[in-house]
Amino acid sequence: MQTNAAAITTQNDLRRTRLAGFNALYFKELRDYFRSMRFMILLILVTVVGLASVYSATQGIQSAIDSGDSSFMFLKLFTSNGDSMLSFVTFMSLLGPIVGLSLGFDAINGERSHRTLSRLLAQPIYRDAVINGKFLAGVTVIGIMVFALGFIISGVGILVTGIAPAAEELGRIIVFLFFTTVYISFWLGISILFSLVFRHAATSALTSIAVWLFFAIFLSLIAGGIANALYPVNDSSSAQTQIANYNCNLAINRISPSTLYNESVTTILNPNVRTTGIVLSTQLSGAVTGTLPFGQSLLLVWPHLTGLLAFTLVCFAVSYVVFMRQEIRAD
Amino acid sequence: MVILKTENLTKKYGDLVAVDRLNLQVEEGEIFGLLGPNGAGKTTTILMLLGLTEPSGGKAVIDGRDCTRDPISVKRIVGYLPDNVAFYNDMTGRENLRFVGELNGLGAAETEARINMLLERTRMTDAADKKVRTYSRGMRQRLGIADVLMKDPRVVILDEPTLGIDPEGMHELLDLISELAHKDGRTVLISSHQLYQVQQICDRVGIFVKGSLIACGDISSLRRDLGDESLSFEFAASPDNEDLEKLLLSVPDVSGVTRDQGFYIVKARKDVRGRIAEQAVNKGYSLLHLKQHGGDLDDIYRRYFIKEGAV
Repeated sequence: MQTNAAAITTQNDLRRTRLAGFNALYFKELRDYFRSMRFMILLILVTVVGLASVYSATQGIQSAIDSGDSSFMFLKLFTSNGDSMLSFVTFMSLLGPIVGLSLGFDAINGERSHRTLSRLLAQPIYRDAVINGKFLAGVTVIGIMVFALGFIISGVGILVTGIAPAAEELGRIIVFLFFTTVYISFWLGISILFSLVFRHAATSALTSIAVWLFFAIFLSLIAGGIANALYPVNDSSSAQTQIANYNCNLAINRISPSTLYNESVTTILNPNVRTTGIVLSTQLSGAVTGTLPFGQSLLLVWPHLTGLLAFTLVCFAVSYVVFMRQEIRAD
Repeated sequence: MVILKTENLTKKYGDLVAVDRLNLQVEEGEIFGLLGPNGAGKTTTILMLLGLTEPSGGKAVIDGRDCTRDPISVKRIVGYLPDNVAFYNDMTGRENLRFVGELNGLGAAETEARINMLLERTRMTDAADKKVRTYSRGMRQRLGIADVLMKDPRVVILDEPTLGIDPEGMHELLDLISELAHKDGRTVLISSHQLYQVQQICDRVGIFVKGSLIACGDISSLRRDLGDESLSFEFAASPDNEDLEKLLLSVPDVSGVTRDQGFYIVKARKDVRGRIAEQAVNKGYSLLHLKQHGGDLDDIYRRYFIKEGAV
């Protein structure tokens, strides 16, 4: 009886420890992020760029309204690039990784180089609480930032164009913002992993940027090269080879989270997109012209979301294993 | 009662043996000094006690809790002040302590009460709401003690607590540490290479060289272990002539006289200072210096090192 009671107390104790450690860390990290100069700079950068792209987009939209094409006009705020700027979606796909990487690249090695890690881990908390707290605080910050920005832009759009979003458009925008949060969180996960592996913040920042450049630029070159080597396409090659070439290229490109993100947000924000792969003209013959319903668009990008989440989880799992095995010295 | 115990605790880094089959027992309520030169394996031992480093062999137990398998439970009763303690510089002293209170799952009211009590005790109340980056080293160290005490630990482990502290701050710090054991009844383990300061407050010391404990006990038993019960004294008088040596040798119980940098080193079987002084003055010498030589920890330590070939 007594041992039973003791066991229950210990269990409660453990649960309390787990929660207390995590909560304390989560809220401290959140405070740190919001107070930090880094976050302010990122916020200003993203806001300015976002507003600029939307301003540019509204110019283009105005002419579209005049010409009478008004289906899903509101979504064009996010996808249209106007005359001189990149679209908001393109900006997010470019700047998102920078935001994620710069929030996390010194998460653990910063504690290490400030010598606060040993004091922190001498408290009765689990080591994973440290990573979890930092990661989830970062995700919260990213989520707040992305959603606030998305809604500000929608507001500006309503004011400038005078079009109110339909319920479906609002739904699509929210899903788009969610995807953006997941995408940036993936980069946060990568940078936290590097902050564990490398002792110097500079090394981990550079490595993170290298990975980003690889996915953003080099992977598509490599994918093209491999596809051409496996399925050489020339004037006399068959349709099958051409399709195989394209599919191979696409499959390799999809290793990159950037590709997954771009494909999925394009699908979500543009109901005219019917597939993320190749479409043959025979498949199109007899198709009813029109837009894809929201549910079907979601279905189309479900694998992309799964892929992004899986990438993030892999980062996490590796971080976890690395951290558990690491020696915590004061120096 | 033994509260902290290691059994053949070993840590290897590749070929290097950082800690070699360490067997240590620390009684509840005592101040134990783990003394040794830099790189002797003191910090590694402490990290193993806290479960921050995995031992290659053997085990460590604190209050019946296994330090490797159950580190969370160990860390609940053990407070650790790392070598060169550091805080979050952008937070105030009070915020740093509050964070530690939260990490330990203390309630809000309890946390605030403890913070105020500990700030008072470490005399940090005035600086509590300043950012830690403005603190001096001594202040950080005192905040470190407050930080360790936040969880009300039964065992306190201090790694090089006296490093880089000025003499006045040192005195204060040592008083504070000594209070932890003798007033609060906590067990204190101090690691240091600053023997002189630390021996003042240690009940027992262990001398740690190249990963092994070469001697352990209180100061007098360490001297006995050396197999050297004789005493030695430094002596100087003016005028410094040859008769002086004869005079010293003529004193009963003196077994030998040697010369060392302007002093005579007098070896004797018992305390002969009174006799020597009397004789010298009677013969018209004026006494310049007479001091018992050795017997303090520094001396013992040095001799142990020579014995072990570590110097």
